[in-house]
Amino acid sequence: MTNTTSVPAVDIHGVSRIFAARKGPGVTALDDVSLTVAPGEFVSLIGPSGCGKSTLLRLVADLDVPTSGSIEVFGKPARQARIDQDYGIVFQQAGLLPWRTVAGNIELPLELHGVGKAARRRRAAELITLVGLSDFASHYPDQLSGGMQQRVAIARSLAESPSLLLMDEPFGALDEMTRERMQNELVRICAETQAAVVFVTHSIPEAVFLSNRVVVMSPRPGRIRSIVSVGLGDVSGRGEGLRENEGFFHSLSEVRDLLHGDDAAGASENQAGARGVETR
Amino acid sequence: MPTTSEQPAPLTRGALGVAKQPQPRRSGVRTRLRGGLLGLAGLVLLALIWELYKTFGSVDGVVIGTLTVLPRTSDLAMPHLWVMFERVLEPVTGAASAVPLWAAVLAGSLFTLGIAAVGWLVGVTVGLALALLMQRFRLAESAILPWIILSQTVPLIAIAPLVRRWGAQIQFGEFTWESWMSVALIASYLAFFPVSVGALRGLASPDSNHVDLLHCYSVGWWKTLWRLRLPASVGYLLPALRLAAVSAVVGSVVAEVSIGLRGGIGRLIVEYAGAAGNDPGKPWAPIFGSILVGLVAAGFVGLIGLFLRRFRRGEVSA
Repeated sequence: MTNTTSVPAVDIHGVSRIFAARKGPGVTALDDVSLTVAPGEFVSLIGPSGCGKSTLLRLVADLDVPTSGSIEVFGKPARQARIDQDYGIVFQQAGLLPWRTVAGNIELPLELHGVGKAARRRRAAELITLVGLSDFASHYPDQLSGGMQQRVAIARSLAESPSLLLMDEPFGALDEMTRERMQNELVRICAETQAAVVFVTHSIPEAVFLSNRVVVMSPRPGRIRSIVSVGLGDVSGRGEGLRENEGFFHSLSEVRDLLHGDDAAGASENQAGARGVETR
Repeated sequence: MPTTSEQPAPLTRGALGVAKQPQPRRSGVRTRLRGGLLGLAGLVLLALIWELYKTFGSVDGVVIGTLTVLPRTSDLAMPHLWVMFERVLEPVTGAASAVPLWAAVLAGSLFTLGIAAVGWLVGVTVGLALALLMQRFRLAESAILPWIILSQTVPLIAIAPLVRRWGAQIQFGEFTWESWMSVALIASYLAFFPVSVGALRGLASPDSNHVDLLHCYSVGWWKTLWRLRLPASVGYLLPALRLAAVSAVVGSVVAEVSIGLRGGIGRLIVEYAGAAGNDPGKPWAPIFGSILVGLVAAGFVGLIGLFLRRFRRGEVSA
């Protein structure tokens, strides 16, 4: 939020990640990937298993280091951005500490970074309201459903008001109903926090519904096949009605074509490109 | 862990944001009560078997070939349970100044309990320190762990005289090594093992998810230890601590005998065993005493567990 709009939230430049194998040349998880995410932008990474989308997210989070290339977050190296707590992160598993209450879990990052007790309480209460868990502040994670646990994880990731959210299939383990509800909430939360989001997902509708841009990736080696701009307007204006929108279906099929046009179609890829797919 | 098994909660629940019913903890109390009753029933059964065998078993015991597989049932070999209990209330010896047997045994039990407690504390400290060292440095784990396991293959009887001899040479300033310290040291030698192994497993138990998260928060090893690894290890640590407590008691009793320390249960067991010939109830008193010490030690760890209940939530339900 505080960053000037000129500095991209994430700037990935020529990044490769090769996992060394015991013998042989190793596995190329990412091959020469470049991507820029603007402040406040919602970008989804989608692709089949093994396309390196989670690896890319982990690189941005500095949970892993690229073999080559550079990653900058708000103009700083990824490592520095992690140390400065410039991003919040949500994993597929909520990853709540079972011995802490909902409030305690949300306070965890604040506590670790030396925020005073009163300020912590206040912030946690705000976030609990934001994710709609006001009645459950003193519950323990094992008393919550999967969707509620994930909402706590999202609240926790927002605790230090980051300008960037990294989400690694956060709704992947939820049932379809909960999932759509959580997507609606995420749209609302993003509108309120103005944070940029990098969102890894398996689900095409999820990616299209949430994103300004959808990055379609292909596997072995992991590359960016194409980037689809979803012309559905401002993310903050999205609601349940959008799922019935024609533009929504258009983008849906565009992403689907790109995902399924595996080998059969250099041709269809070009076609898609001609239909206005942005490949910057 | 609630985090690993994401249950696909029924649609309505997840969709409407309604929580699962808070787990009723009352059932836990009921299970514990049932466990206690079952334990008591086991004890009664054991007493029943003892008395039944004594009544109906052959006087010479059950002998297969030349091998006695079950003991004689004479009053000397197997006194009635009530003989044991009656004996406890009588004085230790015929001397006029003799205290009741139970008082002597209780004093011995307290003495041994004290030594075992010191041994337990030392053992737990050493065990935790080793576990932390091994958790912190991979190299330390491969270097130390085999020795820790090997250490437990050395029989206590073998190290007891060594410890005593070395101890006798220790003396600086006011401090002199006393025999009870040798006993405590040997008790700690047994006690540290379960703690080091259990704590090592416990410290390594957090999900990679949680470890990643704390890495994202860019907190150091110590904070990760305090906020994540130690709380997560409680479920592993408590059984280890209980095992250590019981080991410390057994170690103390055995070491008292090997070192020849007076005043404890170990000494009483040896002393009273000599009386078995004409006073069959007497040797049982210190045996019950040592059981009592073990129970108190285990109960103490149970008490610790009560205070750490919060950290064991993950175990209760997913």
